[in-house]
Amino acid sequence: MSDHFDLTKLIFGRLTWEAIPYHEPILVATFIAVALGGIAVLGALTYYRAWGYLWKEWFTSIDHKKIGVMYMVLGIIMLLRGFSDAIMMRIQQAIAFGDNAGYLPPHHYDQIFTAHGVIMIFFVAMPFVVGLMNFVVPLQIGARDVAFPFLNNFSYWMTVAGAALTMISLFVGEFAKTGWLAYPPLSGILQSPDVGVDYYIWALQIAGVGTLLSGVNFTVTIIKMRAPGMSLMKMPVFTWTALCTNILIVAAFPILTAVLALLTLDRYLGTHFFTNDLGGNAMMYVNLIWIWGHPEVYILILPLFGVFSEIVATYSGKRLFGYTSMVYATVVITVLSYLVWLHHFFTMGSGASVNSFFGITTMIISIPTGAKIFNWLFTMYRGRIQFEVPMLWTVGFMITFVIGGMTGVLLAVPPADFVLHNSLFLIAHFHNVIIGGVVFGVFAAITYWYPKVFGYKLDPFWGKCSFWFWFIGFYFAFMPLYVLGLMGVTRRINHFEDPSLQIWFQIAAFGAFLIALGIASFLIQLVVSYRKRDQLRDESGDPWGGRTLEWSTSSPPPQYNYAFTPRIHDTDSWWQMKQEGFKRPESGFVAIHMPKNTMAGMLLAGLCMAFGFAMIWHMWLIAVVSFATMLICAIVHTFNYDRDFYIPAEEVERVESERTRVLANNV
Amino acid sequence: MSDHHDDHHNEEFPHSSFSGYMIGFALSVILTVIPFWMVMTDALSSTAATITIILGLALVQIVVHMVYFLHMNFHSQGGWNMLSLIFTGILVFITILGSLWVMYHMNVNMMPSMMGSMSQG
Amino acid sequence: MSDTTVTANTNQDAAEPSRFLVPGEYHVPQGTLLGFWIYLMSDCLIFASLFACYGVLGRNYAGGPSGADIFELPLVALNTTFLLISSITYGFAVLQMQRNKLKGTMLWLVVTAVFGAAFISVELYEFIGLIHEGAGPERSAFLSSFFTLVGTHGLHVTFGLVWMVTLLFQLKKHGLIHENKRRVFCLSMFWHFLDVVWIGVFTFVYLMGVLPS
Repeated sequence: MSDHFDLTKLIFGRLTWEAIPYHEPILVATFIAVALGGIAVLGALTYYRAWGYLWKEWFTSIDHKKIGVMYMVLGIIMLLRGFSDAIMMRIQQAIAFGDNAGYLPPHHYDQIFTAHGVIMIFFVAMPFVVGLMNFVVPLQIGARDVAFPFLNNFSYWMTVAGAALTMISLFVGEFAKTGWLAYPPLSGILQSPDVGVDYYIWALQIAGVGTLLSGVNFTVTIIKMRAPGMSLMKMPVFTWTALCTNILIVAAFPILTAVLALLTLDRYLGTHFFTNDLGGNAMMYVNLIWIWGHPEVYILILPLFGVFSEIVATYSGKRLFGYTSMVYATVVITVLSYLVWLHHFFTMGSGASVNSFFGITTMIISIPTGAKIFNWLFTMYRGRIQFEVPMLWTVGFMITFVIGGMTGVLLAVPPADFVLHNSLFLIAHFHNVIIGGVVFGVFAAITYWYPKVFGYKLDPFWGKCSFWFWFIGFYFAFMPLYVLGLMGVTRRINHFEDPSLQIWFQIAAFGAFLIALGIASFLIQLVVSYRKRDQLRDESGDPWGGRTLEWSTSSPPPQYNYAFTPRIHDTDSWWQMKQEGFKRPESGFVAIHMPKNTMAGMLLAGLCMAFGFAMIWHMWLIAVVSFATMLICAIVHTFNYDRDFYIPAEEVERVESERTRVLANNV
Repeated sequence: MSDHHDDHHNEEFPHSSFSGYMIGFALSVILTVIPFWMVMTDALSSTAATITIILGLALVQIVVHMVYFLHMNFHSQGGWNMLSLIFTGILVFITILGSLWVMYHMNVNMMPSMMGSMSQG
Repeated sequence: MSDTTVTANTNQDAAEPSRFLVPGEYHVPQGTLLGFWIYLMSDCLIFASLFACYGVLGRNYAGGPSGADIFELPLVALNTTFLLISSITYGFAVLQMQRNKLKGTMLWLVVTAVFGAAFISVELYEFIGLIHEGAGPERSAFLSSFFTLVGTHGLHVTFGLVWMVTLLFQLKKHGLIHENKRRVFCLSMFWHFLDVVWIGVFTFVYLMGVLPS
């Protein structure tokens, strides 16, 4: 009997039927909706016999363009999840006053704000940023793929595995109730004995490995694989920002890995890094996680600065103003982003000397950012501006981001921070820069490069709807939070006594609904554009009058991107090619060397996810088995030396003459 | 354009020589023995002086390993190896010394009574 | 190089397509060695975080033993010797490989692995002894950070050993082909890198740990 019990324990750990939250009506309803939706999707895939296609063309693909698209799809799906969390919080705070407790009990509300933060940063913003770099960078530098195509696929699936673990926590067990950075001692084993923090740890750890590897991958890609002639100072600005972002990823994510590992040891092995007793120091966790956390902020925003630079130059019909200063500003931000981390915890009590140092560095880092804003403005100055949808997002960004930046400098003053720390003012500030910068930038980028990815433009009407709903919705949702923050309202509260505050929360909830309409418009835009794809078709490959190399190839680009590797003489290389009357070669094609598809990435990431799940639930047997299997699979994979193939010259010739025919029709 | 030399399929591997390894090994032995000897025999009465010297020797030995074993120089991989090493060195410096500085000041300000007892255990 | 091959920049010249593209096949430079080096740099920052933790928490004994109480410097000196010797023997393997001698390369790799295994054994011996004395990682913040820092280094060495065994099989199967040479170089960077980290460990943790403060 006891033997049987032990085996059950070994296999299932602490996972029991109790872990399924069937007593929570909101979760049950969500589960039913997700299950029905999931069955519908799976059924449709089976009905249309799409499995083989998805497997061969997407899941096992090591084509950077397809991996980029898959990252974007992951980001959009997780955006919906993260946004549902947001709107649930907004509704709760709008109604939970006085006698009304609202509809979310504290333990549920706490999970929601934690999940919202974690998902929006790690599984929305990061996939969007990495996805954009995946699609655009190799095309911009004239390469055929990234430096390590298999690793790229593996990184993607590791990110998916992390996201999947976070989603599983919704229906099996619970998520962390600690806030998105899981500060100890609250996240320690004494205060959080449940699985929530473990879900948090393993989801981030697994996704973090994926991000780190893609950081290495892209750094090498940009350093090594630029087309001949593209010296560093001839790289497109987006590629420059991507390079700096990936350097930041490589240099910052290991610190996250380390600090999460230490928290894991505290929780699993009873060590005393961040505990309150036996010499532990919880503030060391805060210190370390912000040494990762602040560069992370710039990891998210830098590529979007690159996006805006490309867009402003393209739609103003001008060369980007101040290319060199743009590059130097980016590099300065990269280095300085390591010297400001303490501004996230001025109130820790390090005293005047430490706080002044970090306050001043924080103010200094706003200077290169400001320089960028002026560069964009001067690019637009006397330009022939086309107000296409990406340009709308860009102008919206410039207005919104400047406001967010200024409140940031305000928070950088330590005495002011002592008043505003952990208040809704802070919440308003970082949403101001993240939504105004990252989200607006991602939507601008999606609209800008969509024709390159799928061969047809997005419908501008729904794009404009999406922009205006987001733009106005943002101000309605977050300006009230500035007001509330100045009145002293702190974050992460799920019930209020003072009725005079309620109106501000109701305004904010209204803003969240406007944003919901913005997201809906975006989804409608995707569907409408697909249905109108023949009208919106772009056959030239260069629908906007682009300046950089990616617009020189077809839309969508062939598998090998460029039949011949381009030679670069100028920053705006495609613009120069157009000016000098470049003619596409129509003969002389040669076979092209390409990497082969593989399922190893998906397999390894799947095993990693199984390992993570087993560790969360203390299923030691499954943990050991999945870890050993993962190790063996990885070793076996290294015995595979046959990883590439040649696209024959005839195939290249066929694809290229098809393009010649399309181009001829177009004229 | 710096990549011209390894444009072709045969990428360049760093070249190492027997004498290089032996010089590196001999220097490492010396630089390891001195600090161990200093600490194990209490050669210097001043702890601060000992710490300064052994940290200095460690830094020298790290450089020796980098040069003789890891073949670091300013032109391998077009200088990117050295650039990334220097960048990492700066970040390691910031992470370790920054943390020590920040945490020390917190301890001084927030629990001055414990500062004396902590080092004695 | 392209700037020198194309000197004229006139419009007549633009009709020449090779101004804007490379005719024929273009060989992209191989990035593995650089990529692996960049990975090592990121690993460096993992160790930096652990060193920072040790620096901040390393004197928090919580009434338990201090470094002077538990560190046995002769054992550390022995271990340092093992690791240093394994570094030079790996160097010999690389030298053999440069002369295209498969047997010699494999032989020196085996010698390196033996010294690496000896290092791990001594470290395990030390850890087990400490845990038996009641000075395990859960005793105090000092011991937590000590075990984690030294243990992480040990895990890296262990991983290096697994890799080395795998590489031996691959060398046996395919010989000194280009891919295998690249792998030998990557592992050599990894192995020497661990030796560099160890310099920090024995200085910062062990030697400074036993000094009176």
